[in-house]
Amino acid sequence: MVMDTNKKDMSRRNAVRKVFQGAGFLGIGGLMWGGFIDKAKASDLTLRPPGAIDEKDFIKSCIKCGTCVEACPYESLNLAKPEDDVPIGTPYFEPREIPCYMCPDIPCVPVCPTGALDIKSVTTQNQETKEEKLDINKSKMGIAVVDTESCVAYWGIQCDACYRACPLLDEAITLVYEKNERTGKHAYLKPVIHNEICTGCGMCEHACITEKSAIFVLPVDIATGAVGNHYIKGWDKDDEKRVKDAKENESEETDGAMDYLNNWEDLLDEER
Amino acid sequence: MKNAKFLILRRIVQILILVLFFGGNYWGWKILLGNYSSAYVFESFYLADPYAVIQMTFAGVILATDIYIGALIIVLFYALIGGRAFCSWVCPVNIITDFAHWIRRKTKMNQADIKVPVKRTIRYWILALGIIVSILTGVAAFEFVSPISILHRGIIFGFGFAWTAVLLILLFDIFVLRNGWCGYVCPLGAFYSIINKISIIKVQHTHDKCTLCMKCVAICPERQILHMIGKETTQVKSGECTNCGRCIDVCDDNSLKFSIIKFKKNK
Repeated sequence: MVMDTNKKDMSRRNAVRKVFQGAGFLGIGGLMWGGFIDKAKASDLTLRPPGAIDEKDFIKSCIKCGTCVEACPYESLNLAKPEDDVPIGTPYFEPREIPCYMCPDIPCVPVCPTGALDIKSVTTQNQETKEEKLDINKSKMGIAVVDTESCVAYWGIQCDACYRACPLLDEAITLVYEKNERTGKHAYLKPVIHNEICTGCGMCEHACITEKSAIFVLPVDIATGAVGNHYIKGWDKDDEKRVKDAKENESEETDGAMDYLNNWEDLLDEER
Repeated sequence: MKNAKFLILRRIVQILILVLFFGGNYWGWKILLGNYSSAYVFESFYLADPYAVIQMTFAGVILATDIYIGALIIVLFYALIGGRAFCSWVCPVNIITDFAHWIRRKTKMNQADIKVPVKRTIRYWILALGIIVSILTGVAAFEFVSPISILHRGIIFGFGFAWTAVLLILLFDIFVLRNGWCGYVCPLGAFYSIINKISIIKVQHTHDKCTLCMKCVAICPERQILHMIGKETTQVKSGECTNCGRCIDVCDDNSLKFSIIKFKKNK
């Protein structure tokens, strides 16, 4: 009898041990797996097809089927291979190689089965007829940025390759004329990008004449700043609405604004 | 080749599907667009990998209806008709693992096997873990590491370093573990094993004709499911059967054949 219960006890203990062992294995596996994915899903600098939803949701929603890649008539889109610096299997494009040529019928977007490419984000509605129409100019794949140091137009050499290549000619990129004081008789024709219009198609980056493009497309998040609620355009009624969202700043210091000029003794070194 | 009817048939189906996908990308065919994760069939409806869709759902995103319908079609097809036929009739990794198993048989590697202290049930844990990691990381976890996807994307969209995934599975299956990838690790296979219980097509064993040559057990990638060989006349009921038909091919005694599921118990 005693032996029997002992044996039972042992097997029960071993069962408990095995459960813990199994849980441990799963834990280790899960941590390694999760850790790898945390790195592998980093995609801050990736340019997505037109109509792509917010990158964080895109990476969740894309099933990596490549239907958009196949739909692209210019072979602009690639499906990330293991060696590419892009989350594996997801579509992206490199404008310096092949930019997005802004097809008016946007073949890549409607074929997406999961909604990772959102057709609504590239559709406009006619105010009167309520007719919906695809509008590639609404897409926001990124924003072009000029490196003014390596752009020869900023040197004073005439070049408007990007300006001419832009599908939204004289809207997304405009040329600013300035007198060239160095020569005294020439003009600068400086390309300036207008963020709210630029779609990030990258035709400018593709056209740029410098060895490494002086104008390049970055994802919207990377290429833009954010003002916050501290600064408001007082002259702009719409912008003033932002104050409503402003939250009171809570700071650790409770003294408020200290009058340091009248309390200057605190600022002196005590030893002196 | 004698005794390879189902093997040849399977290879034809596997390669045909691959070629259709390949043609979809390179030659503009409209029969199968996309890949095995999600396919756009005749530009009219979608099919989708149900395990990928489950992971994505647990990762916390509501997808378009098309993809849920696509996944449902696949689940219903395999659950009701094909069983785990995806693994042996569709999945391109099967060609690699079958090749590894062939090398093992030719080199008699199986006889010198080191006993590995893992059970085939580990794949169900990996299946569950894939869903847990999907919840934690917020992306479909297995889709980021799956050598199946790396392989079919490689074939359809350009190989790049995808060959490393092929080599990994090949070496693992030859040197580490017999039928290691499909039989122990692959959570997609595990998923199809679970939904496979009531599927119509089952392998039938007739005990009276069997001469106990055990060729079927030697060639079966999931040999534990053939426990009835030499014991009783019954159907292979385990969900882990891939319906590959290799046991039927190699049986010289006609004691194995494909049949329709019988719900009544055999005597």
